[in-house]
Amino acid sequence: MSAPTATATRRQFLAAAGGVGLVLAVRPAEATPASMKQAIRQVVSEAAVKRGKIKLDLPPLVENGNSVAMSVTVDSPMTAKDHVKAIHVFTEKNPQPNIISAQLGPRAGKAEIQTRVRLADTQSVVAICEMSDGSFWSDTVDVIITLGACLEDLP
Amino acid sequence: MAARTLINVPPKAKRGEVIQIKTLISHIMETGFRHDNVGRPIPRDIITSFVCTYNGEEIFKAALYQAIAANPFITFHTVATESGTLAFQWTGDNGFTQDASAKITVE
Amino acid sequence: MNSRARLSLAVALLPLAAGALPSPAAEIPLNERRSAYDDMSRDNKAMQDDDTSNPGMLAVLDGEALWTAKSGTSGKSCADCHGDAKTSMKGVAARYPAFDTASGRPVNLEQRINLSRQQDQKAQPFAYESKEMLALSAYVALQSRGEPIAAHDDPRLAPFIDKGRAAFNQRQGQLNLSCGQCHDDNWGKHLAGNTVPQAHPTGYPSYRLEWQSLGSLQRRLRNCMIGMRAEPYAYGAPEYVDMELFLMWRARGMKIETPAVRP
Repeated sequence: MSAPTATATRRQFLAAAGGVGLVLAVRPAEATPASMKQAIRQVVSEAAVKRGKIKLDLPPLVENGNSVAMSVTVDSPMTAKDHVKAIHVFTEKNPQPNIISAQLGPRAGKAEIQTRVRLADTQSVVAICEMSDGSFWSDTVDVIITLGACLEDLP
Repeated sequence: MAARTLINVPPKAKRGEVIQIKTLISHIMETGFRHDNVGRPIPRDIITSFVCTYNGEEIFKAALYQAIAANPFITFHTVATESGTLAFQWTGDNGFTQDASAKITVE
Repeated sequence: MNSRARLSLAVALLPLAAGALPSPAAEIPLNERRSAYDDMSRDNKAMQDDDTSNPGMLAVLDGEALWTAKSGTSGKSCADCHGDAKTSMKGVAARYPAFDTASGRPVNLEQRINLSRQQDQKAQPFAYESKEMLALSAYVALQSRGEPIAAHDDPRLAPFIDKGRAAFNQRQGQLNLSCGQCHDDNWGKHLAGNTVPQAHPTGYPSYRLEWQSLGSLQRRLRNCMIGMRAEPYAYGAPEYVDMELFLMWRARGMKIETPAVRP
């Protein structure tokens, strides 16, 4: 396990170098609640994040963490004056804290996205939406990941 | 070789109706966190961006990360405004790019 | 799997592994058979049920393209002889493995595809588990979706079904387990996070979340043998085809679900 200082340095380097585009040949430390907070801060800056409006739907018990159905819905009229600008989803324990960042807008008609995600371990997943009035709202779901019983070699 | 895509857009809709669009694309989404059987890291190879335009205007965009499962499945909604073409583009590591499109008739 | 998980697996299986005699597993009554589909979560079932979200359908689309692709020195495609797969391939996968007169033994669907490629198209065979083989076999098997499994009517298959049954009940590997001990005697119970299925091959090739790709029944059988710490046979081994045949006989009457989604 790397010391916290080494992790922070690597992440700062990543952020400075342009974030997602960089590939490192070293094994990154696991994400921690702290690095998830950091990733969230990069999106919301100093704004307050309130609970409500957004609903994150994940199965509480997962058969296989390789592909978990996820749905995010925001209660919003999606008009020009009142709509969801973006939806961001974060993970607490995956090696990388971001899952997806989607840009919406009044043309969406309905603020709901679905996808399938990888979850490395039992953890919390956080969804945050940015509204047209600049406010941020969040929802958190705790997911239990079960592991398969039998080891399979690569063919 | 082109990546296989599966798009689901209702062929017909009423003007103003909110429709759901479903997309599926064949892609390994290699995270870069795995190692092969002799301990060498397998390099990252993921789709990083997905964009949908409706008659040329962007209606949905998403940044994808390693946590998106292989063969990414993404659904979203849009208001059926006029007849035309929905165009989809995925881009990612190693110069990956894939396009797809679907027509819609709006009455 | 980490060593702690492996140890608890070994401990959990001790009572089964302790016996030295072969154990004839109690066959599941026909009306108690269930597909592993029934044990899946609501979301995984939805993934299988919706053709626009089932990742196996991506391979089916590739297979559809291969069906009409000219191949080999013959310059023929599958379609040139077999026409529209929806008609000509309907029910075919449901009755494979089938008896091959030339070799005097059963062949599975993948082997039949390769025999056709070599003999009729004068083309190179597809490698087992290759993208092309999985795509084409998924496309062909899709044409049997909803059909009842019927791979057993031919009397010439009887001795091979017996061989498959013997393999199914044979203890093997370092864990000294037979397939039947889990899949006939302990189905429905849990092994770590998974429900033990009855192991009916209703949806192959299947999109397995563990693989994050489509895979054949043989891949699944090999993985199970590795899980039991037995040395797996090579792909295409007659032992596997006999086991496939027995499993299809055991699942007779159940509906084909290809391409299935499984955890």
